[in-house]
Amino acid sequence: MLPDSFIGQIAFLLEKYGPAYLDGAQLTLILALVGTFFGCLIGFICGIIQTIPVEKNDSPLKKIVVRLIKCIIVVYVEFFRGTPMMAQAGLIYYGLQYAGHSISVIFAGFFVISINTGAYMAETMRGGIFSVESGQTEAAKAIGMNHFQTMFFVILPQAIRNIMPQIGNNFIINIKDSSVLSVISTVELMFTARSVAGTYYTYFQSMVIACAVYLTMTVISSRLLRLLEKRIDGADNYDLSTTDTLAHTSGMTTMPKKHL
Amino acid sequence: MIENTTNRQPILEVKHLQKSFGSHQVLKDIDFTIYPGDVTSIIGASGSGKSTLLRCINVLETPTGGEILHNGVNILDKKNNITKYRAKVGMVFQSFNLFNNMTVLDNCTIGITQVLKQNKDQARETALKYLTKVGMAPYIKAKPKQLSGGQKQRVAIARALSMQPEVLLFDEPTSALDPEMVGEVLDVIRSLADDGMTMIIVTHEMAFARDVSTHTIFMNEGIIAEAGPPQQIFTNPQNPRTREFLSRFMNN
Repeated sequence: MLPDSFIGQIAFLLEKYGPAYLDGAQLTLILALVGTFFGCLIGFICGIIQTIPVEKNDSPLKKIVVRLIKCIIVVYVEFFRGTPMMAQAGLIYYGLQYAGHSISVIFAGFFVISINTGAYMAETMRGGIFSVESGQTEAAKAIGMNHFQTMFFVILPQAIRNIMPQIGNNFIINIKDSSVLSVISTVELMFTARSVAGTYYTYFQSMVIACAVYLTMTVISSRLLRLLEKRIDGADNYDLSTTDTLAHTSGMTTMPKKHL
Repeated sequence: MIENTTNRQPILEVKHLQKSFGSHQVLKDIDFTIYPGDVTSIIGASGSGKSTLLRCINVLETPTGGEILHNGVNILDKKNNITKYRAKVGMVFQSFNLFNNMTVLDNCTIGITQVLKQNKDQARETALKYLTKVGMAPYIKAKPKQLSGGQKQRVAIARALSMQPEVLLFDEPTSALDPEMVGEVLDVIRSLADDGMTMIIVTHEMAFARDVSTHTIFMNEGIIAEAGPPQQIFTNPQNPRTREFLSRFMNN
């Protein structure tokens, strides 16, 4: 039977349904991870395509193809940023059912969250690429790099570093917003919490548990992301290379050779 | 600059070069020739088109008219590969533009491995040779943000040299530097001149231009107002605009 005290009720729910909450939390985390990963991938590709320069002396075919793809990306971004994810989940899951293609709710969940994150990341990536100063591109061109090499070795590493906080933001949003997938009965944390709540009519208690689990996941994630950023930035100091025989430090005092 | 055309082949020939930004014509009709070993300084007031000219030579700006012949081939011709040409023409920028995401060593090796397709050991050896030349070899593990302006510019010179270019372009290499760092960068450029490196230097350092260059070009409002050996330009300028411009510097 359900105990009378609030703490007792929470303990009761945890004892009876703890594993169910954990299973829900696990799926929530996987949804957020997979969704953010594929979302970033979609976003990176869209962002890169949107920054392809079309120059006057490019072939007409290239111009048309690039413009067409850019146009499709704009429509994609506007649609998925401009409608609620809950509606998108319903639209895709029930829409495909209506068209005679039944897909699993898990797959629909991954799909919706990825494509939604992708729409946001496309804009973020575009901003990230523009945030890298034009001198970097010019320097890369000046040593003879082509557009792909410039992007891959110089611009993207800096752009991605610049948008790391935004990627982290999206991951944390995805942990929380995967809860809307409960409309298509994806058994993630929110769905579990509501099911448990309904069983004993303990809505408040179950939501307290759900919030505590969400908060634990998001706080740990944001700490880990900070650590990752620090790792990418590297150490604040550096070693002077003195052991390298080809790099004589003695050169410091006399080099560059004074003009005689 | 026409006096020593005898048996040497020019590296670069700029013919009737023009560049407009919208309706504003920055370069009107530029002609000059660069032979191996030439150190050409380009001087002139701000806005006279010096930097634009240099950027056109490297096709960072697309000229609106004229030709740039590299070993006799017009590189502005659409069928010619601009990236291959750029690999042979080094560029040092006013604002250094070192790759912020790479160490000093990687800044110098990336072009050798990715553009020249040499292996990593060769690239490292070449890069270290030039980093030693500019006195930056001990700093190979540092990132650009950890260096001073003068150090960054010396690494930028080493990066350009690592590509073993036929000609090196300098776009006001000391203009963004604190006064006490100008000397170290000019010393490096001077030692390159001693080694016979072909260079085109846009600069506001008049004494340096006079002492180091073999040819001097004075630009005014998008045209070459006067060109010749530095002794002549700096001591006996013919064009009144040149005289006026230089008097402002010499009086300081």
